[in-house]
Amino acid sequence: MAEDTGDGSTAEMDDYETLMSTTDAELLKTAWRNEKAAPEILQFQAPLVKRAKEQIQLMEETVEEYEESGMDPLTVSLYQMDLDRAHFLLRSYLRVRLQKLEKYMFYIWKNESLWSRLSDPEKMFVQRCIDDMEKHLEETVLSKLPDNYQSVRRQSVISEEDDMVPEPQLDTFIACKARNRFVSLRLADSERPLEMERHDVSFVLYKVIEDKIGADIDLV
Amino acid sequence: MAGQSDPHVSLFSPPEVEFMAEDELVEIVPNMRMDPLNFICGDFGPFYPQIPVKVPLWLAAALKKRGKCTIRPPQWMSIENLTKVLEGEREDRGTFQAVPFHYIEISRLLFDHARDDIPDIYMVRSLIEDIRDVRLHKVETNLEKFSATSAVKIAHLSAMEVNVVRPFVVRALQAFYKHDNPVLMVDLDSVSDRQSHVTRQRQMPNNAQKQPLKRR
Repeated sequence: MAEDTGDGSTAEMDDYETLMSTTDAELLKTAWRNEKAAPEILQFQAPLVKRAKEQIQLMEETVEEYEESGMDPLTVSLYQMDLDRAHFLLRSYLRVRLQKLEKYMFYIWKNESLWSRLSDPEKMFVQRCIDDMEKHLEETVLSKLPDNYQSVRRQSVISEEDDMVPEPQLDTFIACKARNRFVSLRLADSERPLEMERHDVSFVLYKVIEDKIGADIDLV
Repeated sequence: MAGQSDPHVSLFSPPEVEFMAEDELVEIVPNMRMDPLNFICGDFGPFYPQIPVKVPLWLAAALKKRGKCTIRPPQWMSIENLTKVLEGEREDRGTFQAVPFHYIEISRLLFDHARDDIPDIYMVRSLIEDIRDVRLHKVETNLEKFSATSAVKIAHLSAMEVNVVRPFVVRALQAFYKHDNPVLMVDLDSVSDRQSHVTRQRQMPNNAQKQPLKRR
């Protein structure tokens, strides 16, 4: 929630805020931001998404009840706004993932560890995407090419690996902040660790913080 | 390989950054009674006339729009504090003053929705605009001094500022990373800036005032 105001008394507030900022809406916002900023697909936040869906459904029913019971229209509209915001977050989160899946479907499909980060519906989606894409390319182009050039994934039969599969650029830099008060990062090419306070924004190589996203570090 | 680095995938649009800022809490003084609101994003209220209560900005704006409250501008938006911050920004060209992560968005939202609740609004607005300009200028001039590092840390950079400088910083760091290999490091001295020992991570370097980079 509220960030440090720079008046010196923020350290205790930070801890308090960390404790308080654990509403699912806040967690979902963080998950959305992380997913949006990361170059590759991250672990699907299954329990969080499930809880968010339940809360949204519950709130939809509540709003409906309020409307029928003739509650003060102002209050109803405020609940509706809260609901809209939660809706937006959930949709954006799922949508960012779909965009990545569409873009890197072949790459994700053949990489076991990435594949395991997907939810079941997402796996189905990728599978169908691949089928459709292959069928489409087959019919429009590949079937008309010489035999050696008919693979969707390889340039020709002499290619030793899949060299036509779009891959995310992982040697990239992302902007991040420490979730709690202090994080120390080991950089591959430096003896001194990178020390981050809560008010620091760092641009760091993605691979360095990859396994800390959502735990010690959040992307911004 | 095709389509691997789309710089836009990781970018937040200004409305998205604003959306995030709308969850920041502000104090309002309601002029009506209302039961507590048990929202998905948290519980707020109860609301009593003349009793200050903290709510997220979006809720404050919604109530204000309907004439149900006045908004109390946050402490850091006082003329006294902003003047101090602006002076600090101007004096110290190497580092940034401590401001809230969403100071640009929060102040903008308050200017849009609660102009009559901010005393000396013209002064406040121009101070914040000056602070923003000085800071952006500072980022840009410091970026000129950029040298190969595997990480760049900037204290107190705000959300909107991160978003603005991200495309350039990321591309620059990527380029350095690509060329950053021990054999090539020797060449570093002959390149533009002459900082003899390359410390790999640090604050952005101090530097005398230079021409700003081209404005967008």
